[in-house]
Amino acid sequence: MKPKDTAEHFILSSSPHAHADSSVSRIMLDVIIALLPTTAAGIWFFGLPAVWTVATCVATCIVTEALCRMAMKRESTIGDMSAIVTGLLLALNLPAGLPLWMAVVGSVFAIGVAKQVFGGLGMNPFNPALAARAFMLISFTGPMTTWLKPLWWKTPEAMTTATPLALMKGLYAVDCTASATPHARHALEELPSLCDMLVGNMPGCIGEVSAAALALGAVYLLWRKVITWHIPVAFIATVVVYSLIAGGAPAYAQVLTGGVMIGACFMATDYVTSPTTSAGKLVFGFGCGLICMLIRQFGSYPEGCSFAILIMNALAPLINRWTRPRPFGAK
Amino acid sequence: MKTVKSQFKFKGGVHPDYNKELARGKAIERMPVPAELVVSMSQHLGAPAKCIVKAGDYVVKGQLLGERNGFISVPVYAPASGLVKSVEPRFGPAGGKAPAVVIDTTAAAPEGVDATERTLAPLDWKTATKEELLARVNDAGICGMGGAGFPTCVKLNPPPGKRCEYLILNGAECEPYLCADHHLMLERADRVRLGVEIMRKILGMPAVRIAIEANKPDAIAAMEKAFADIDGNVEIVVLPVLYPQGSEKHQIFATVGRVVPEPPALPIDVGCVVENVGTVAAIADAVEKGAILLSRVTTVSGDAVAEPKNVEAPLGTKYSDLIAFCGGEKGRVAKLISGGTMMGFAVSTADISTTKTTSGLLLLSGRRVFQYSSQACINCGRCVRACPMNLNAAEIAKAVESDDIKSAEDAHVMTCIECGACSFSCPAYRPITQFCRRAKNSIRARIAAEKAKAAAAAAK
Amino acid sequence: MTTAILIIAGIGLAAAATLAVADICLSVKEDPRIGLVTAALPGANCGGCGFPGCDGYARALVAGTAPNGACAAGGDACAAAIAKILGVAATATEKRVALVKCCGTRSEAIRVGDYNGICDCNVAAATAGGDKGCTYGCLGYGACANVCPKGAISVQDGLAKVDKRLCIGCGKCVAACPKKLIELVPASATIHVLCNNPDKGPTVRKVCGVGCMGCHLCERNSGGKEAGHFTFQGFLAKVNYENPPTDEQIVAKCPAKCMSVDPHFETGH
Repeated sequence: MKPKDTAEHFILSSSPHAHADSSVSRIMLDVIIALLPTTAAGIWFFGLPAVWTVATCVATCIVTEALCRMAMKRESTIGDMSAIVTGLLLALNLPAGLPLWMAVVGSVFAIGVAKQVFGGLGMNPFNPALAARAFMLISFTGPMTTWLKPLWWKTPEAMTTATPLALMKGLYAVDCTASATPHARHALEELPSLCDMLVGNMPGCIGEVSAAALALGAVYLLWRKVITWHIPVAFIATVVVYSLIAGGAPAYAQVLTGGVMIGACFMATDYVTSPTTSAGKLVFGFGCGLICMLIRQFGSYPEGCSFAILIMNALAPLINRWTRPRPFGAK
Repeated sequence: MKTVKSQFKFKGGVHPDYNKELARGKAIERMPVPAELVVSMSQHLGAPAKCIVKAGDYVVKGQLLGERNGFISVPVYAPASGLVKSVEPRFGPAGGKAPAVVIDTTAAAPEGVDATERTLAPLDWKTATKEELLARVNDAGICGMGGAGFPTCVKLNPPPGKRCEYLILNGAECEPYLCADHHLMLERADRVRLGVEIMRKILGMPAVRIAIEANKPDAIAAMEKAFADIDGNVEIVVLPVLYPQGSEKHQIFATVGRVVPEPPALPIDVGCVVENVGTVAAIADAVEKGAILLSRVTTVSGDAVAEPKNVEAPLGTKYSDLIAFCGGEKGRVAKLISGGTMMGFAVSTADISTTKTTSGLLLLSGRRVFQYSSQACINCGRCVRACPMNLNAAEIAKAVESDDIKSAEDAHVMTCIECGACSFSCPAYRPITQFCRRAKNSIRARIAAEKAKAAAAAAK
Repeated sequence: MTTAILIIAGIGLAAAATLAVADICLSVKEDPRIGLVTAALPGANCGGCGFPGCDGYARALVAGTAPNGACAAGGDACAAAIAKILGVAATATEKRVALVKCCGTRSEAIRVGDYNGICDCNVAAATAGGDKGCTYGCLGYGACANVCPKGAISVQDGLAKVDKRLCIGCGKCVAACPKKLIELVPASATIHVLCNNPDKGPTVRKVCGVGCMGCHLCERNSGGKEAGHFTFQGFLAKVNYENPPTDEQIVAKCPAKCMSVDPHFETGH
């Protein structure tokens, strides 16, 4: 005779029995919402090619995530929306007009190699979107550095151009403060105006051009307490201070062009690959800013933001160890 | 006497849904003695009392059931008269088994037994010596009623060389749902006042700080009224509403700005003694009336109980009787919690009895409970920000998950107070507090094994 | 081309010379018997002997601070080999294997709660005593399986099972189990009582369909008390492994169905 097992049991769990109303999917949704303004700005300036790139990356990431989980015989993690965030971030870090098959390859790399190989969300040592971007930059250097002019359909005679960063790189070679050479003056004049930099009317990746839209998204994330101020502030402050000391292009141009804004607010603040402690976040932001500027001044690439964040990703666990908080009451 | 705002804010902390309105405003009701009481010998921290009755004995209310057994222990008395049905190991709310005396309170007293309640002789606290008062606190079976159940007479008797400078009265009650201490302060303010005066005498006239969270303005007013004419250094400190404001260490910091060092340091090492308001009221009764601690106020609340109440029930009352007294269950109960939602124990059955530390009994429906998950940590750092002890909870949890207890120890897991702020704030629903608990248990077990080994070696 | 070959060869030679010199100058003198003893041990590094791995035990053996025969995994053959190396007498030990004394699967033993938390018996047991109605039974959260150095334990249907062929009798699972229901028993014993609940029959039956009720039928069927095949703790029969029963008929006659003939081979591997 078997004993009767009453079907309705109480739930047994360790305390606490209350939970803040937060979840991983809600955080990811917040990030997606925060990325909408800059996505919209990118589409405004680069048109249909931007739409196709974003759609391709997001769709490929979702499909790759589902296939990877199936292959690993694990439960599906589409619901946590992290694949959408990865796809969106990757797309925003690509130039509009990139052949779509390259976007597909990059997305598969981001989810398959940079994320799921390590065990999925939470286990990846590097930001998947940035790892994929670095992979694509090396694999498809030409297409990855071919930039559409903003509102390119209005100037059919010259649709592509160099980014402001390429111009700014030249400024390090010459002294542009005291006796500005004609070349340097020319480069300075070629730079977009401050207003253009803010709204995003300049060549660059889909999501990195509009500083104002990025700032709007960052404010939303701060308000939702998804990110803290530490990493963005440390990152941008380091870039500003560095450019003030090292000369070259003006500090505002260093911050507003290239990947600094999207990197500081959205890429470096990726939870999984950044330190957890406040002190660690400051160190992390500082390191990102410093390496980024060193690459911009001395490296062979005009832009070093992605590589800077990837290098600091690798150091994040160490930084966490070094900046372990001092317990309340500990000596 | 004056009322001041807390000058010190500790780092971290969380704001859970308090849900106090369910039981707030419900005056304390005395519950009649149920037909059966199950009185545990382990209602306090430390060694269980040594049971001195056996099945078949008739016990009278106030009669000694278990003797104090060691230095950190308190005696246990019969909360009501009745026949001892059995003495057997029973589960307590925390999951451990301890001997318990099962009393049938419906049995009539046999011939020749004096069935009048046993009490102690009233003491005049003004003329009694410190030793007499301490002995009384012990004899009345009083232990900390806030939750941990530390024997009060041990706490009130600082070791030589240590002096109590501040007596801190814990009326924070930062646990969600619970209103027992709140109502005690409202309805028995005179008891609290008398208890404070007695404790002040025992401790050599330290300054007194009464700590109350700002969400209880009526309790603050009641305390202000009760203590209006008291002399000496007495202050009511209004604490900001923040969990875990009621934690001993954080309360000391919030009221007097002192930081208790890491374990094994105790509050007395920084000149402080913290007592729960319920304990203080019990001391007043024990001295003035000679009353033994036989009942306590418990908040029965939650969205799955018909009438949330603040009940004064005899110790050893079964949860099922308490629930019946509060009108029974309302809908399906998904979780039954002994204590509050942040630090209470989930239990599997209502066939468990109250003890001196049962501050609440919560019946939660499915809408109020959540499921922990085995998702990976996303490193968001919310637990680190929430931790009032400033630990890297994420790092500890990950270490324990991979069975690396040593790393958890290096990350100061032993300092963890298990307040639950980390699990509360984890968006991945990871049982971080449970990971900490697991690490602490294995470290304690290892230390105990090492001690035993060393003792065995010394014996050789 | 020739230069390149010469350079590579030169570097190789230089490195080899450095290594040769280092080998001579930096070598640590140690008792050669340590290596021999380590080779004689099974090399599982299970820690069952109480030393950090086989090497640690070998060093202790050579130093004379450890008794020979503490290696359960190696058994008699190993002890004899070590005795030969060290020139001491070997003590015969019987191979012992772990036995989980519970057969209350999810379908037989009731659960009293829905446990939700870390998958580990020790923490589950600390949460209201665990979710199993029988407070003596196997919780099935695999604390034993986690510590098993040979992967001999698997959890099936809420119950830990030991694969006798893989078990080396190190005893780590015995220490890990919060319910203390794993015992090391002689590998040769075939009849076991798979229950750990000493409560009275009716109490046991309320929580488990296959719990021992202490009816003594097994004892009676195996020749009575005098035969001494069983001992009793409360209302729980225990096999006396000093003198184990051999008549497999008694297993089928057990009314509680808590006995088994060599449960070790019911494995998931």
